Amino acid sequence: MSVRRIPAGLLTPAAVTAALALLPVGYLVVRSAEGGLDGVARTLLRARTLELALRSLGLAAVVTALCVAIGISLAWLVIRSDLPGRRLFGILAALPLAVPSYVAAYTWVAAVDLEGFTGSVLVLTLCSYPYVYLPVAAALSRMDPATEEVALSLGRGRSGVVLRRLRPSAAAGALLVAMYVLAEFGAVAIMRFDVFTTQIYTSYRAGFNRTPAAVLGLLLVLITLLIVVAESRSRGRASYAMRGNPARRPPIIRLRAGTRALALAWSTALAGLAVGFPLAGIGYWLLNGSSARVDLGELSGAVGATLGVAAAGALLTTALAVPVGIIAARYRGRTATFLEQSTYVGHSLPGIVMALSFVFFAVRYVPAVYQRSPLLVVAYAVLFMPAAVGAVRASVLQSPPVLEEVARSLGRTPLQTVRAVTLPLALPGVLAGAALVFLTAMKELPATLLLRPTGMETLATQLWAETGSGAYAAAAPYAALLMLLAAVPGFLLGRRSLKETT
Amino acid sequence: MSLRRLVAAALVPLALLASACGGGGGGGGEGQSFDDNSLVIYSGRNKNLVGPLIDKLRTATGLDVQVRYGDSAELAAQILEEGADTRADVFFSQDAGALGALSKHQMLAPVPQELLDRVAARYRSSEGTWVGVSGRSRVIVYDPRTVAAPPKSVFELTDPKWKDKVGWSPTNASFQSFVTALRVVAGEDKARQWLEAMKANGAKSYPNNVEILNAVDDGKLQLGLINHYYWYEKVAENGPNGVPSRLAYLPGGDPGALVNVAGVGMLKGTGHGEAAKKAMDYLLGADAQKYFADTTKEYPLVAGVPTAPGLPPFDSLKGPEVDLSKLDSLEQTITMLQDVGLV
Repeated sequence: MSVRRIPAGLLTPAAVTAALALLPVGYLVVRSAEGGLDGVARTLLRARTLELALRSLGLAAVVTALCVAIGISLAWLVIRSDLPGRRLFGILAALPLAVPSYVAAYTWVAAVDLEGFTGSVLVLTLCSYPYVYLPVAAALSRMDPATEEVALSLGRGRSGVVLRRLRPSAAAGALLVAMYVLAEFGAVAIMRFDVFTTQIYTSYRAGFNRTPAAVLGLLLVLITLLIVVAESRSRGRASYAMRGNPARRPPIIRLRAGTRALALAWSTALAGLAVGFPLAGIGYWLLNGSSARVDLGELSGAVGATLGVAAAGALLTTALAVPVGIIAARYRGRTATFLEQSTYVGHSLPGIVMALSFVFFAVRYVPAVYQRSPLLVVAYAVLFMPAAVGAVRASVLQSPPVLEEVARSLGRTPLQTVRAVTLPLALPGVLAGAALVFLTAMKELPATLLLRPTGMETLATQLWAETGSGAYAAAAPYAALLMLLAAVPGFLLGRRSLKETT
Repeated sequence: MSLRRLVAAALVPLALLASACGGGGGGGGEGQSFDDNSLVIYSGRNKNLVGPLIDKLRTATGLDVQVRYGDSAELAAQILEEGADTRADVFFSQDAGALGALSKHQMLAPVPQELLDRVAARYRSSEGTWVGVSGRSRVIVYDPRTVAAPPKSVFELTDPKWKDKVGWSPTNASFQSFVTALRVVAGEDKARQWLEAMKANGAKSYPNNVEILNAVDDGKLQLGLINHYYWYEKVAENGPNGVPSRLAYLPGGDPGALVNVAGVGMLKGTGHGEAAKKAMDYLLGADAQKYFADTTKEYPLVAGVPTAPGLPPFDSLKGPEVDLSKLDSLEQTITMLQDVGLV
């Protein structure tokens, strides 16, 4: 890592990505300005705005802290301990990603008398701890045991040095969790917990006056950027740059019998609550209602549409994320920071705000793609960019920069070096990022509803339609299939987290 | 080799895109041909509820109808963003508020007088820009296992005996219409006092009617403020024994007995005016009105079509007189709900 000029071949595509990601902000500024200073001030100065912002931040803080605790503990047990069945638990730890949060919330509300803050914390934590587990497990399995040995030889404990070295990967995961919670609407609404996004949705749903919603959207962007900046300040990237995979594997720690029983109970309970419980809930829908019917034509149509747009979304997101991720890993300076941080903007906004901004721009400037699949795919890319950028950055950081320097000294241009050295080395990590985006895009609802081609239904929109009329039994096949399909990339991600340990 | 891989990676999405577009069911609004046989409807009403009706409409009128399903308010916001270039020909809304918003932004074309006249004046726009097609009554859903005598007015709900026992949905459009009725009937001050008293009495907010109904059936609530037909839909899904709750229709012009409508309007920018009129004509015809009565258990708004058995007759409903087309009044309602801290 050094302060070098970013080659145009990387800078140009990265700038395109950043511009795309910042598009929604342009829309929000236009709509906010319509209300004049008066309208803006009226929205910002309401006591309720502050109250809800604090609630959202509180929820995000608690969920993120819990996800970090769960993610690190599970990753350590799976990668570093002799927990029985740890390979199975490693895969199970990634599978909650396949559970749509609104399905989990429905199940919890129906089965247990749980709502409000506690209910929201429970559901969001159970759905999003894999965001921390996955990067931490990867970092743990790559950690050079020498560092720990030094700590031990100096009479220090193992955990301090391990935790310190896990900080960047845990922080990256925590950032995704925090942003996810801030933009979340469906699950918290089912849990009857009003948050910041509730107010944005209410402005659209009730007022038909778009200024308040836009002002609140901008405020949400601002809050997210503050968190992103704080995370990157604390990251201190240079000192954590990897020097390739260590020569030796870290040792497996033997658990004492009591600890082992506890660890087993902990891992089992998490998997049961996060994956087993929603599955059981869907089974209950199926058995309890009379609307159960399967229209194979509709079902297969929805599967095809879901897989098509989600796969295209994953590929486009990854393609756009590669230049930004490489720049974030290998270059410093204001431009590099700006490019990386701008990609977080789309992710911080609720789906409806994102979708309306794409309606606004597409209708005016590229009507040919409006209500066609390509527009939806681009929207997915903006929504899910941070996960892909993070994956690219992390995997590029793993390969030693010296290899690239050798290629350069042999006369390759910076771009040739990227193609011949950086990308091939980072490819597995980049593909894992694509899998994560694929899985998230399959579950997406609000933007899909507004941007899909008229007549196209995905599994998520079908699920929405069936539950919206109370036909839970008819919704069950869609929910089950959605979870099953999303479980495939989830399984691959979980297995990947184990790969390097055995 | 890595270059080849890159190229391959770039080709895959293109292939997928192509297939996704092909399988994407038509793509509404493409190639603005003004063939008056095709029609795009934005429907805020649920696909399960009106899908079969749209099929009948296709058969009866011979129109090539494409439907875009969504949430009424979100679709209205989408149409407002689309502006003059909207892809919608007809907007089929779950409630009058979303239609009023489009009308206020000059997005709706006049509905032919002949169609307007089929529906009583209180269930259509006073400017003639939209018309109600089906009615739904606000009701109190109660749990007979714990409630012997349900309240006869929403004003009883502030009584301490209902503390923490009542569910409502302040963000829901039909609830907001009810609050508008409350303001008209009882005056601004009393309406605000009622909202504050309800809040102080621990009224619980839910995202929608279905969740309130489920909470009453699960014994989490004793009373809930909902629209009548959600209960009938649940009985159809779970069987009569699977739904323990019962409905109370409020007497004497109580605001809690307001009759709301679902309705349709035609977009100004539509190139398919004749087709749009045909579709609206069908929705206000005997066939569709009978469908609303029998299948969705709503009240037909066109005279001469009977209400489904099991529902109180339409003329027995004693809702308050409120002009559903007054959107400005709805905005005052929202402001009041915001001031009280409910939305």
